[in-house]
Amino acid sequence: MPAFILLTVWTAVRVLGRNRLRAGLTMLGIVIGVGAVIAMVSIGEGAKAAVAQRVASMGTNVIIIFPGAMTTGGVRSGQGGAVTLTVSDALDLKKRIPLLHETGWGKRDVMQIVNGNKNWNGTVNGVSPSYLTIRDWSFTSGGAFTQQDMDTAASVALVGQTTVDNLFDAGEEPVGSVIRIKNMPFRVIGVLAPKGQSAQGSDQDDIIFIPFTAAERKIFGTQFLGSVGAVFASTERQEDLAPAVEQIREVLRLRHRLQPGQEDDFMVRTQVDIGKVQEGASETMTLMLFTIASISLLVGGIGIMNILLVSVTERTREIGVRMAVGAKRRHIMAQFLIEATTISLLGGCLGIVLGVVGARVTSVIAGWPTIISPDTVVTAFAFSVAVGLFFGLYPANKAARLNPIDALRYE
Amino acid sequence: MLIECQDLWKIYRLGDVEVQALRGLNLSIEQGEFVAIMGASGSGKSTLMNILGCLDQPTRGRYSLNGVDVAGLRSDQLAEIRNGQIGFVFQSFNLIPRTSALENAQLPLFYRGMSLREQRAMATSALSRVGLQGREGHYPTQLSGGQQQRVAIARALVAGPSLLLADEPTGNLDTESSREIMAILDALNKEQGMTIILVTHETDIAAYADREIVIKDGRVLLDRNTQAGARPSPSGA
Ligand SMILES: Nc1ncnc2c1ncn2[C@@H]1O[C@H](COP(=O)(O)OP(=O)(O)O)[C@@H](O)[C@H]1O
Ligand SMILES: [Mg+2]
Repeated sequence: MPAFILLTVWTAVRVLGRNRLRAGLTMLGIVIGVGAVIAMVSIGEGAKAAVAQRVASMGTNVIIIFPGAMTTGGVRSGQGGAVTLTVSDALDLKKRIPLLHETGWGKRDVMQIVNGNKNWNGTVNGVSPSYLTIRDWSFTSGGAFTQQDMDTAASVALVGQTTVDNLFDAGEEPVGSVIRIKNMPFRVIGVLAPKGQSAQGSDQDDIIFIPFTAAERKIFGTQFLGSVGAVFASTERQEDLAPAVEQIREVLRLRHRLQPGQEDDFMVRTQVDIGKVQEGASETMTLMLFTIASISLLVGGIGIMNILLVSVTERTREIGVRMAVGAKRRHIMAQFLIEATTISLLGGCLGIVLGVVGARVTSVIAGWPTIISPDTVVTAFAFSVAVGLFFGLYPANKAARLNPIDALRYE
Repeated sequence: MLIECQDLWKIYRLGDVEVQALRGLNLSIEQGEFVAIMGASGSGKSTLMNILGCLDQPTRGRYSLNGVDVAGLRSDQLAEIRNGQIGFVFQSFNLIPRTSALENAQLPLFYRGMSLREQRAMATSALSRVGLQGREGHYPTQLSGGQQQRVAIARALVAGPSLLLADEPTGNLDTESSREIMAILDALNKEQGMTIILVTHETDIAAYADREIVIKDGRVLLDRNTQAGARPSPSGA
């Protein structure tokens, strides 16, 4: 049997070699199909990994509460100005819900920051010390501010890497220097370790953290005293997230005196929810590629079927001769299935090359990360073999069903 | 008895028209015989050969080969018989195009699951048996008609069948090539005891055989022994 398969593959390769153009054109559909499969999977996996990494950069088991009602589609309304979420909300949540390990809060705005002769329009975020622990921020130099800094509304600042790059000369040590935010002096006491993009795609390192109290009194003004831009909470375990969200809603509805049937005036999101939204975006891309892949593989398969039907007709006498010297139906069947599979496998190999190159190019041009795993390549191989076998079945069966004498007499 | 045919009928239906190619033909052939079948064109010779070679089935009647009734066999069993017991030589050679002489001669062994090395060795010796040593790598288009027919004979005998069927094997060949082909068949019969059934139009070709059967309208018209002295001397003809 091995000799039979070997020689049949060799025969198939020679037959294809004789009709290179024909075989090449037939392969095209498979090449594109498998290429699309590879690109699809590697872009999909890359995007998923990137999202996972960004979601992880939020911290561990994080719940985010925004002020303002939620409209359909999860978009916040009443952005910014709403005074529906306060510091006392955050403190009360922590007190009433044992599942919550920690709560923190912050209020942010973009404003001008000056260091010597350099200035930069960056994000300033007034936060509670607990916010920094919830978000898992770490430091490349210096360290976080303390509860005491918070209580005294100390003029201290933590700067992110993007901010450092824009405000300081290369090699200049930010810790210890004094920068001006809205013309108020703040002493830099820590440089934050970079986190990269957020799950929403914004630069998390374009940031200055100052104590929330200092932000209220010295920067943002006291017009909405106690109001926050967002409350952050964390739980010990991931499975506590969902019940914690429910309890947060109950507590906040009570505190905000919302009647039954009245809409929430806040929005609660977990890290997991945010990850899902982002994955959804990459799934759209994946779906598109999946469509291309399916159509190409179908067209490629039909091409193989067509070329094989031609081949069976052209070689009817040969089939007759083979039967006359003792080929059984399954031998003839195997011969044409092997021919079909050879075409689709060759196409598959070219498709893998195309897909890998395509994924690399995509990742360079569009800035998407791509991951090409051995699994993907194996899957693509399996796909091309399956297409060859499936679409080869009909012509192969047609050849095998021939009557020896009719095949021999065929003109 | 190697071959026994009783009341063999073959009826082709072309729309409303019925062609009776064989009409109750009876025939027995023993192991080791060299038989020439003659008859006018359209008398049913090829139809009979195809049935004897298990390439086709009779419409009615009984054909037993080596005591086995062929009518009851499945297509795989027929393939095994064609592979192991029968060698077939056609008028039009029927070599596989763009495939070397060696690979053509190998073909029956290819379907036996033999190792490649054994296949090559046996096919090489079959080719030298028909005087084609050194031509193993030639393609059909690089061989003369006579050489192509010799490759076909090598293919027919490579698996060591007991029965060799040749339907007008020299029909497309010149006199010299025909003589070479007949010398090979004669040697196979005389030296190896292979049963040979040969269809021909030419009396000097038929003269190589020991028995002559004439077919007319799908029946045996004449069946006679020609063994004694009927053979042409090597010098004459
Ligand atoms: N496949 C076929 N379909 C219809 N008629 C056929 C077929 N094969 C042979 N015949 C007819 O059967 C008769 C015998 O043919 P054949 O056996 O080829 O004769 P021979 O070989 O003696 O010349 C002829 O009349 C021929 O036309
Ligand atoms: Mg004939």
